[in-house]
Amino acid sequence: MTFNRRIAGIAAGTAAAIVLITWYVMSWVTSFPPTVMAGTTGGVTNVTFQTVPSYGHQPHPDWVSYLVKNTQGQWVHSTVVQVPAHSLVRLTIYQFDTATGLRNPLWSQPRGTVGGTETINGKPVASIDPTLTSHTFAVPDLGVSVALPGVGDNAPNQCSVTPCALSMAHTTITFTIRTGKPGHYRWQCFVPCAAGFPNGFGGPMQTVGWMDGYLNVA
Amino acid sequence: MTTDNTEPAPDLRRVGVVWLVLSVIGVLLVIFALGPHIPPGSATAQAHEQHKANVIISAILTPIAIGLLVYFAYALTVFRQRGDVIEDGPPIHGNSRLQGAWLIGTVTVVLFLAAYGTYALYATESSAAGAGGGQGATLISAAPAGALQVQVVSQQWQFTFRYPQYGGVETTQLALPLNRTVVFHVTSLDVIHSFWAYQLGVKVDAVPGADNVADVTPHKLGTFNVRCAELCGVWHGAMATTGLVLSPSAFSSWIAQQRVKNAPATRHLPPYHSVYYPDPIERAG
Repeated sequence: MTFNRRIAGIAAGTAAAIVLITWYVMSWVTSFPPTVMAGTTGGVTNVTFQTVPSYGHQPHPDWVSYLVKNTQGQWVHSTVVQVPAHSLVRLTIYQFDTATGLRNPLWSQPRGTVGGTETINGKPVASIDPTLTSHTFAVPDLGVSVALPGVGDNAPNQCSVTPCALSMAHTTITFTIRTGKPGHYRWQCFVPCAAGFPNGFGGPMQTVGWMDGYLNVA
Repeated sequence: MTTDNTEPAPDLRRVGVVWLVLSVIGVLLVIFALGPHIPPGSATAQAHEQHKANVIISAILTPIAIGLLVYFAYALTVFRQRGDVIEDGPPIHGNSRLQGAWLIGTVTVVLFLAAYGTYALYATESSAAGAGGGQGATLISAAPAGALQVQVVSQQWQFTFRYPQYGGVETTQLALPLNRTVVFHVTSLDVIHSFWAYQLGVKVDAVPGADNVADVTPHKLGTFNVRCAELCGVWHGAMATTGLVLSPSAFSSWIAQQRVKNAPATRHLPPYHSVYYPDPIERAG
């Protein structure tokens, strides 16, 4: 092989590697879920989620997931939400999944919420039965953790494809938190709800846009 | 390059003198300038022992590192082949005195470090083990009576802390009383984590089904950093918290508040146990 051919081969290989790396990085960056802006009315910011047992669409139709409602009232497959700093944020979560149970019953008690409570179908509670928990909404750096009870295993009219309509079996959980200084606060579910993954904590539990995300306080 | 067994060659003498001068300066700098900043500090007897061990080991390693660098620099400048003609260097014959000195020196250093490391692990100010009491029924050392038992419960991705002597309350905040020996019992509910209380000089693996024990006695009021030191998933980097060392009276108030604040959750907790195999885990895969 001549010297020039060798140089050309090295240059071509390097260029191919750069293209592949760039493609991978760009794919990763552009696949990040969109940020959904929360709407504010009467001085209180409202965020509405739904949790579903399976997303029902590609790329992972059988993955458990959160969805968030945008200001136009549409459900968006994202877990990245922007809320204002130093403000009250009222969260409403429509919970369509059945119970899995908490691995650590400590999370059965609502924490970091205004008044230290959550309401389940309009009724305030100080804690829930950990075995009936389906998911949690937890923002560790804000000290927030709220358990979400599941619908009964035999409940009629269970949702299987998102977005789930409120006419289907669900539980409604509401609570209010107070945000602090601006920042990106990660949030997660503490229930091992990722069926088929080691310890129930792979796949959707480790992928932003499914069972964990960011609360962008701006 | 010397082949003489009786007289050190000028090269070796020059290298030796430079090495000696730089080593004296280097060791003094390591002990007195760098030493006070070498982690993990002296917030506990254990951390102090580790700090001391790190300073001593650094001081011992400094002349070795300097020796290598000096010889490397000398060889590059003095023995470098100049001109266009590349020739083999002169053949090297054995130097029994040099080889013997090297063998004795390195063996001495390694044996000293092994002996000192073992001493530092076992014999601390509080007679407790350095960075870990061990695991299971055969602990390296037993904590004194009246020690505070704290269970570190690790889970993806947060540490929580259980106090069996205070009604088994579990908290999201770690607080410890000043000057009282604490026995950490570290376990995990899912994958392997590592409980690293940096300024306390404690780093213990958190393994599901295992009760890893470490004793420590905080001597300084204030905060300390807690991090997970074992890659445990996507939020491993966020698995951190800040611990508190409080005066005994402040700790009593704090733990009393925690018992009240966490009462709704405490009634759902399983009885205190050294390890947990939580149930249900239907979807745990």
